Amino acid sequence: MAEEDDIILSELDDEELVQQMHDDLYDGLKDEIVESVNILLERGWVPYDVLTKALVEGMRIVGIDFRDGILFVPEVLLAANAMKAGMGVLKPLLAETGAPRLGTMVIGTVKGDIHDIGKNLVSMMMEGAGFEVYDLGINNPVENYLEAIETHKPDILGMSALLTTTMPYMKVVIDTMKEKGIRDDYVVLVGGAPLNEEFGKAIGADAYCRDAAVAVETAKSFMSRKHNQAAAAG
Amino acid sequence: MTSSLPDDDTLTETGLELRSRGRVLLIACGALAREILALTRLNGWSHIDLACLPAKLHNRPALIPEAVRGRIQRARKQGYTGIHVVYADCGTGGLLDRVCEEEGVSRIEGPHCYSFFDGNDAFAERSEDEVGAFYLTDFLARQFDALVWRGMGLDRHPELRDLYFGNYDRVVFLAQTEDPALETRARAAADRLGLAFEKRVTGYGDLAGFVSAAAQG
Repeated sequence: MAEEDDIILSELDDEELVQQMHDDLYDGLKDEIVESVNILLERGWVPYDVLTKALVEGMRIVGIDFRDGILFVPEVLLAANAMKAGMGVLKPLLAETGAPRLGTMVIGTVKGDIHDIGKNLVSMMMEGAGFEVYDLGINNPVENYLEAIETHKPDILGMSALLTTTMPYMKVVIDTMKEKGIRDDYVVLVGGAPLNEEFGKAIGADAYCRDAAVAVETAKSFMSRKHNQAAAAG
Repeated sequence: MTSSLPDDDTLTETGLELRSRGRVLLIACGALAREILALTRLNGWSHIDLACLPAKLHNRPALIPEAVRGRIQRARKQGYTGIHVVYADCGTGGLLDRVCEEEGVSRIEGPHCYSFFDGNDAFAERSEDEVGAFYLTDFLARQFDALVWRGMGLDRHPELRDLYFGNYDRVVFLAQTEDPALETRARAAADRLGLAFEKRVTGYGDLAGFVSAAAQG
């Protein structure tokens, strides 16, 4: 997308550099992203602004082109790797500088399933959007989810599956939460390639999210409703 | 059905139309063409025609249900009295089953071709022990470069290999035929993915029974 050879990142002004970061994310250029993050920080940018204006916005563009069939999975993975590298620089600083927190999420791939590319992308984008994310990894039995929600008291539980054979396990988790009387304490979001909206409804999830960007928007929307309800009750 | 089988690249990219004067049409994934033809020829089922959609849909399962619907509707216009779908669910999350129900045609049971080649019951029983298995069939061993390596962009970005396959622990080669050359290719594929290798000879598994039932119906 961009001609990298002639560009000296430190010589770009802020606006040009942020635009260049969007291009570099699009092209999956990890080293350039880390360099640019450090340049903006050295120029006095607060970490939260670097995250949202440069990285999250860049990944939003990647997400749109993925949805439109312009980019494919390998390119999205490279972009995600670049964003992850940038977030590696920002994460400790975000904690120190008290960046806004939208909510908390526990997420994991269900039992019998070892696929985590989509789930990892959701985790990263949710972190980028200001959620605290506890990622349980892959192949999680219901006990793992219950233990994690007991420990972390998240606002949102996210479950992922890539296989037709493993996606029904999401219902096992939701039904167990119902049996324990805790289902309505959490927003349950589900996602994964073979899922669809109808499946999400059928198993009793709050929403099916077709990609990471939708997951973030859906999570934000639920958090906003929660705050509105709390305000109305107060 | 007397025409010869095209090469594997054609089955992956274009698919196949083998029609003569059959009354029954099997609509299948291109990855199954060779095995279905072997069964129909062996049994002399000349009244069965075969239409295969491109095997590359394996990597874009969301496109499978409507592609199958389109071929079913065309088959009706072509006058077939029996239409059967030889696709497993193939990652369509039940949407292919809905198409088959709406169109009133049967589909071979199973979540993937790996499962029905292995035998759906046996495959389900083994599932907990094989959580980390990446399956190859004869066709996928032959088309590993096209469908897996290039299909997942590893020719351009080999550094993504461990992102895709880091959670797998082995390749399980489900062999439909005993073919040493194919086993060598499957083993080489496992090496390229950095995974251990296992081979299991399955024959045609549940596919044989489904094609036989379609031939009778």
